[in-house]
Amino acid sequence: MKLLRIKAIAKKELIQIRRDPLSLAMAFLMPVLLLFIYGYAITFDIDKISTVVFDRDNSSLSREFVSQFHESRYFRVHSYVDSYRELDPYLDGGKAKVAIVIPEDFSKNILRGLNAQVEVLIDGSDSNTATIAQGYALVIAENFSQRTKGVRITPLIDSKNRVWYNNELKSRNFIIPGLISIIMAVIIALLISLTIAREWDRGTMEQLISTPVKTSELILGKLIPYFLIGFIDTIVTVLMSTVVFHVPLRGSVTLLLFLSSIFLFGGLCFGILISIAGRTQLVASQAALITSFLPAFLLSGFIFSISNMPKPLQIITYFIPARYFVTILKGIFLKGSNLKILFMEASLLTLFAVLVFIAANRKFKKRID
Amino acid sequence: MKSEGENDIAVRVTNLRRTFGDFVAVDDIDLAVQRGEIFGFLGPNGAGKSTTIRMLCGLLIPTGGAGTVGGFDINKESESIKQIIGYMSQKFSLYDDLTVEENINFFGGIYNVPREKKATQKEWVLGMAGLTEERKTLTRTLAKGFKQRLALGCAILHEPSIIFLDEPTSGVDPISRRNFWNLIGEMSAAGKTIFVTTHYMDEADYCDRLALIYRGKIIAEGTPTELRKKYMTRHVLEVAVDNVVEALDVLSRNGIDSAIFGSTLHVTVDDIITGKEHIERAIEKSDMTVKNIEHIVPSLEDVFVTLIEVS
Repeated sequence: MKLLRIKAIAKKELIQIRRDPLSLAMAFLMPVLLLFIYGYAITFDIDKISTVVFDRDNSSLSREFVSQFHESRYFRVHSYVDSYRELDPYLDGGKAKVAIVIPEDFSKNILRGLNAQVEVLIDGSDSNTATIAQGYALVIAENFSQRTKGVRITPLIDSKNRVWYNNELKSRNFIIPGLISIIMAVIIALLISLTIAREWDRGTMEQLISTPVKTSELILGKLIPYFLIGFIDTIVTVLMSTVVFHVPLRGSVTLLLFLSSIFLFGGLCFGILISIAGRTQLVASQAALITSFLPAFLLSGFIFSISNMPKPLQIITYFIPARYFVTILKGIFLKGSNLKILFMEASLLTLFAVLVFIAANRKFKKRID
Repeated sequence: MKSEGENDIAVRVTNLRRTFGDFVAVDDIDLAVQRGEIFGFLGPNGAGKSTTIRMLCGLLIPTGGAGTVGGFDINKESESIKQIIGYMSQKFSLYDDLTVEENINFFGGIYNVPREKKATQKEWVLGMAGLTEERKTLTRTLAKGFKQRLALGCAILHEPSIIFLDEPTSGVDPISRRNFWNLIGEMSAAGKTIFVTTHYMDEADYCDRLALIYRGKIIAEGTPTELRKKYMTRHVLEVAVDNVVEALDVLSRNGIDSAIFGSTLHVTVDDIITGKEHIERAIEKSDMTVKNIEHIVPSLEDVFVTLIEVS
């Protein structure tokens, strides 16, 4: 392998990227934009669910019950109605996600020590919010009934929950680190998937393969500029996460950058492999998008917990490098994990990178047919 | 053991064959190119010229046959061949979005031109291509003739001993074509072997030796003079008329072989005297006048037209 050749190819690629506004935008604008959009858009935090109340009892007890909802930060009671018919426009029109209907005999039953039933109507079209709202409503109702019974049963086990690593339970804190890995996976795959295919499309490859250049020199030379771009992108997105989104970065920055480099290298080799196999720019870029974005988004554990997936899908996730990188980033950001803890993930990422690099070298033929 | 003469052979192939599915692009050809000569590989488009050149440069695997380039086996040692050859593909293959100088630097790096030689080699290419002043110009904006010369320069930066040029002058204006052939002549004088393909028959006279390929087969081989003597046993008459297209029509209706050459017709005949009479009679019968008829030395184009008609 000759360093001079690798340098010549890397330099040429850099000049070409610099002169292509589309590549530049994709390299430096897209990660920032994606992080902003997804960082603000994806959130699983539910608070202040808009709520409407139909209080048929209208007693001091019923009003106290409603105030329990209002005082929790999860519900915001903003309207009161006087009939079932008036409820409909609220739920149908999306003006309220939850409706609480208190029957006429609510306070009477409580005072008699009977079961008092309350009707809670939830807009199920957003099932995620609905499930969470249901849970909260149940807790509030239980607390209320215990209190009104006047007896407090001392529980045998007093459980007090403490949340580790993300003690504010902000969903943004675990979404953003995962998001960085998704963005990196997609951007680098898209950028580099064009490089080999473009040379075939333009006819420059025929000249290149008539020279003594070696496949490994060609691949490494093409990798270097994109690696640099990916590295800069990593620094920018990590900075944005901490400065703009206030995600705590508890672990070592050096370790984060080191492991990111391994992920980048593997992702770039994979992109090159696609570019070699795809031959035309169109096929290569489509293939890169599908094979990087979908698995990284759906199967990396970024949003959908891997342990909840059906067994066959769980097995597939082991072959997706983003899975390990999501674990690494979440670990370093939120738990301050060190290399000892992340050793398995780091090794598998390295293994993936090496295997894909070898595959790309094998797949590339210095021939036209 | 190699025989004495074998050392003077730059390229040799025997029974070289390449098929694409059912299509036979190159059909069992034999070739030998001497060191230092300009070898012209002529033929119409699609005759198998590029396929042959790509097999010689190690870019295509032959379906059958054997051969050597610079002593290296084309079937087994294609990477060694790539060390000693310069190749310029038919399609312009430099980087459009790089400047003239950046392209030269790139290929200098790829060919591992030693550092101390780099600067002089670059200036040499710039001078040869006539682009010394345009070194900072984007390659995209250059005229076709300049692009071709730059491409040639980049392909021979590493001073290869054997140079393959695939249709280097296609689509280039006549003056640039002449300049280009002058460059080829200079390289040959410097001892390089040049294997060049073209479909311009008038360029054949620039070559030391020629092979004519047609539908994958070599149908003639030799020096330009040899070819003229060997294959042109008939005579060529240059006929000047007012309307060449109409006259061509008239002659072919009378069973006389002719072809348009610029503003005249070239007619091949077995006998000069009777031939002349035939032509004059046929044309004047159609109310046209023959301005002049002259017996000329056949051009190589005449030779090839005849050869292709025969095969």
